[in-house]
Amino acid sequence: MSTDATGLTFLDRPNSYIGRSVPRPNARRLLEGRGVYVDDVAMARLAHVAFLRSPHAHARILSVGTQAARAMPGVIAVVTGAELAQVCTPWIGVLGHFKGLRSAPQHALAIDRATWVGEPLCAVVAHSRAEAEDALALVEVEFEPLPAVVEMETALDPGTPAIHPELGDNLAFERVLDVGEVDATFRDAEVVVEETFHFGRHTGVCLEPRAILADWAPADGMLTVHHSFQAPHMMQDILCKHLSLPEGAVRVICRDVGGSFGIKVHIYPDEMATCALALMLKRPVKFVADRLESFQSDIHARDHRVTARMAFSAEGDILAIDMDDLTGIGPYSVYPRTSAVEANQVVNLTGGPYRHRHYRARARVVLQNKAPTCQYRAVGHPIATMVAEGLVDLGAARLGLDPLSVRERNVIPDDAYPCAGVSGIRLEKLSHQAALAKLKAMMGYEHLRAEQAALRRQGIHRGIGLAAFIEITNPSAAFYGVGGARISSQDGCTLRLDPQGGVVAAVSVTEQGQGTEGIIAQIVATATGVPMDKVRVVSGDTQTTPYGGGTWASRGAGIGGEAAWQAGKALRGNVVSVAGAILQADPGSLDVRDGAVVDAATGAERMTLAELGRIVYFRPDTLPPGVQPEFVATRHYVPKDYPFAFTNGVQASYVEVDMQTGFVRLLKHWCVEDCGTVLNPLLVDEQIRGGIVQGIGGALFEHCLYDADGQLQNGSMADYLVPMACEMPDIAVAHVVSATASSEIGAKGAGEAGTAGAPAAVVNAINDALRPFGARVARQPVTPEVVLEALGLI
Amino acid sequence: MASENPDREHAVAFTLNGEAVRARVPARMHLGDLLRGTFGLTGVHLGCEHGVCGACTILVDGRAVRACLMLGVQADGAVIETVEGLTESGLIRDLQDAFHARNALQCGYCTPGMLVTAAELLADEAAASSREEIRAAISGNYCRCTGYHAIVDAIATTAEARRDARREAVE
Amino acid sequence: MKAPDFAYARPASLDAALALLAEHGEEAAPLAGGQSLVTALNMRLAAPRLLVDLNAIPGLAGVSEEGSIVRIGAMTRHRDVGTAAIVRERLPLFAAALPHIAHPAIRNRGTIGGSVALADPATEWPACCLAAGATIVVLGREGERRIAAGDFFLGLYATALRPGEIVTAIEVPVPGQDAVWGFDELARRHGDYALVGLAATGRRAGGGLADLRLAFFGVADRPVLARDAAAAVEAGDIAGAQAALAGELDPPDDPATRAATRLHLARVLLGRVAGRLRGDTVTEGGRNGV
Repeated sequence: MSTDATGLTFLDRPNSYIGRSVPRPNARRLLEGRGVYVDDVAMARLAHVAFLRSPHAHARILSVGTQAARAMPGVIAVVTGAELAQVCTPWIGVLGHFKGLRSAPQHALAIDRATWVGEPLCAVVAHSRAEAEDALALVEVEFEPLPAVVEMETALDPGTPAIHPELGDNLAFERVLDVGEVDATFRDAEVVVEETFHFGRHTGVCLEPRAILADWAPADGMLTVHHSFQAPHMMQDILCKHLSLPEGAVRVICRDVGGSFGIKVHIYPDEMATCALALMLKRPVKFVADRLESFQSDIHARDHRVTARMAFSAEGDILAIDMDDLTGIGPYSVYPRTSAVEANQVVNLTGGPYRHRHYRARARVVLQNKAPTCQYRAVGHPIATMVAEGLVDLGAARLGLDPLSVRERNVIPDDAYPCAGVSGIRLEKLSHQAALAKLKAMMGYEHLRAEQAALRRQGIHRGIGLAAFIEITNPSAAFYGVGGARISSQDGCTLRLDPQGGVVAAVSVTEQGQGTEGIIAQIVATATGVPMDKVRVVSGDTQTTPYGGGTWASRGAGIGGEAAWQAGKALRGNVVSVAGAILQADPGSLDVRDGAVVDAATGAERMTLAELGRIVYFRPDTLPPGVQPEFVATRHYVPKDYPFAFTNGVQASYVEVDMQTGFVRLLKHWCVEDCGTVLNPLLVDEQIRGGIVQGIGGALFEHCLYDADGQLQNGSMADYLVPMACEMPDIAVAHVVSATASSEIGAKGAGEAGTAGAPAAVVNAINDALRPFGARVARQPVTPEVVLEALGLI
Repeated sequence: MASENPDREHAVAFTLNGEAVRARVPARMHLGDLLRGTFGLTGVHLGCEHGVCGACTILVDGRAVRACLMLGVQADGAVIETVEGLTESGLIRDLQDAFHARNALQCGYCTPGMLVTAAELLADEAAASSREEIRAAISGNYCRCTGYHAIVDAIATTAEARRDARREAVE
Repeated sequence: MKAPDFAYARPASLDAALALLAEHGEEAAPLAGGQSLVTALNMRLAAPRLLVDLNAIPGLAGVSEEGSIVRIGAMTRHRDVGTAAIVRERLPLFAAALPHIAHPAIRNRGTIGGSVALADPATEWPACCLAAGATIVVLGREGERRIAAGDFFLGLYATALRPGEIVTAIEVPVPGQDAVWGFDELARRHGDYALVGLAATGRRAGGGLADLRLAFFGVADRPVLARDAAAAVEAGDIAGAQAALAGELDPPDDPATRAATRLHLARVLLGRVAGRLRGDTVTEGGRNGV
């Protein structure tokens, strides 16, 4: 965090909104049911598309008969994969810096072959969604079923057919990291613990399903796309490329987005097809995924099996980690971020809080005939955290040490930064020790241990689980750009001071409920001296905002916020310069506070911004000669000195396990995390809480269950269980603040911390409760059945 | 009434957010689509259309129901209120204020259904509104963003304030 | 997904409804609360040509006490069943089941008659009817039939209803002074379909229990009376009762839960409910939890 000449930080600016729990200005509209999500956008001549999806996990498409469907009432067009390919070119989801990553060309609609249950292969466009669905039933497809590759464990066996024969086998990517003397360290270690962890494939279940409305206006040569999406400029670029349009011919607008969590930052075949159909039909076409097709076609995530071991000294020092990760990603690596990032993150992050110097990891990413997986909130983090934290608890138990004290002993000390983690990641400033100390006090750790022991004597079995973690935020171009993906890592903010003294802020970062627009308004108000209620924020429109990456990987506040801060400072500089000329004062002696130009030393008002605006806009003839006001300022920002701003935190979970039924009751959850400068505690805390519950979903409930033929068994909201209010605990959140020096505002990301640590905390708590029974679980979700199996009761 | 005889489309007349309205409705159209499409009440959100997520929850004759699990033709003769109507009448202003102050919403997609569900709970003056009871009452409303804690806080705050107001009115 | 095309009628009398159902035969489906049927329509899992809405027929909703019987109209909403003063007083088993049925908005609209007619084996009302020895009153053009709950539920979504018949009421005998009851279920989340549930009735006799009826749900293709287990509990042999369940229940293997798990959970539930029925002190109710 930078300081000015007087040693004050921006937090000390008069009328600073930074660090205050300001409610989000844009939330009131949502509370009144006045949000505008894609399905709420009204459009003349709107057509609706529904997709025929493959009922087979793997099949050759021999023929697609569309005649009967075309004859149905209300039908506008029936379009096959081959027809659509005339308009939309295929893509391949690989990145240059993932050496050896392979995938195959993927079409918007499958042409010759369907590769997962739910892959779209034919589109019906009609006057209503219901009519489109009526006609879908009459599309006649002749399939030749092919052997399906379902199990990732056997996907690489020589006898398993390659999903894409041209690739030779089903290995999409492999990474091996070997640091230090791993074998020797394990050989000489006092204690070695080992576990195989299974992570259930799950999915995002955004409450607003994926939705896109594309309108091609031939006369304007303009494709306007309303999209429930996180990265409008990325979508614009990709639409241009694959629909062969110039950049200026595509406008992507993301208004209100009903949840995203990484689900809505990927290229989906049905969404590309919808845009292509708008071009073909020269009219607006809308696709809203229904919930059943969401389960089959939204990206899935976290389908991993990790076998890992950890070496300890007799005193409880973590000496080395050795792990092997296998993950199944579906039939294609998803475009343009690729499906290899998750496994790569597992390698980068496992054991990241600790100071061991010996580490070996292998990750293998295999293709299979299930829905494609890709980046979902806290990419790879919950897996990496579970593996390390599960092993730490096993080691502590084996050594007879308290699990909290083992963590205190092993975390990288707070005074050791900057330094590099064992996987090579560069860490600027973390605070594991401070976070552990804060958590210990906050949860009353000693008291809780005593309560646990007392209740255990009464036959009530509770467990305490801990999880220290690190989180990747504020990604630079190192994430995607260096690999050749046209995904912007820089973001911008344009501010305009209007005549009445209000400011319009256009930003390239986007809002999906995190509070991006609220944070930007706080920062702009603080930087410009304009009251927050006079700041309007515009986001999610490629035509009216600066170019940028959007919101993903916890970058909205840290990157978008810094751009806004710099733009605000620039605008304030322009304002006091013009005001100085009018007032015949040294601009350096002036400031802007609460909507008025003031004397910086005394705070005495010199003129209001409204008065300044009146002069500048309506009576420029009265300005001193040579003064040209510039009341628009734009600044961009990208982190340069570190590839990522790592954050850290620690979570704790307190659970009760019913040893007869295997049911787990969540009693309480705590999180201490360090996202640098806390711009708005209200918003940060709710990001953490929401993330925690999403993590708990994976730990206890969520699982995309496939049968041996690759059929999804539980693809409805009645069968795929998400966390609901009754079972969730109250969650206490606290912060340690280690601001990043990479930016002036010093903010890092907070969107994924909750999800990163929650599963490990909960699973460790369950195992803590189970320990007296000699039982443990390592398979998520931890259902009652998993607990009962561990207890040997079934 | 005309609907006594089978038809694939029926005329309906009902009270919608305090206004008398009429429409012709295909039999197969669910009430959520009728309210959104014909009447522009886009605060009725569709999250699953199989009755699980709760985003489309509205009040029918004073009771919370899933708009996706009623047919539009069944609106005939009913009194229906959506989040838009509850907003304009001011009946849930305190609840909305509490949600806003507590940031008990993020993306806002579950919010109308959550508010309607909470409104029904809060209208029952006998309900004690402990955190557990509030959690049970909203157990059929899915929120992916907040983790529920803030929503429970906001409803509890409103319940408390209303109880205090009633107590003061008595005294 | 949107529902397939169908016609709809809302008859104003039972006679008119039965006439429509008779006229359209298999192609017609009666619509009660719609909380399952409209779901099936929206998923295109059902495709009737005609829906006959029972909601406008007078006299089908409401709870009344008639001699030694509590009569619950078929169109009585779940919430109104469980909160009716008569039910809370006379049929506490039914009142206890209510909070386990889905969620408030579903309970506001779904009906007991619809639930009984659908016969989903994982739901609460059919098991309560079975445990309580209820009579299902059904009406068709050939007249009224009164079917004991034990003869009504025939399998997965299968009942003794004949084509064209609808359920008009549930009649439940009022339990005597010495009656005992128990209800519990285990569901992954509050309001979910039960992994296993148990509705039990009986009476105190001497120091023990008699006439015990243990109606399990979620563990077979229909609600099941575990007679051998009940006899063992009456004899004071809880372990024997739990063992007997293996021969009496036929839990499904589904993608999320193995049959062995459900059987185990049924035994745990039996132990807990039986313990409570016997007045044991160290029994903890099966808690809805994770």
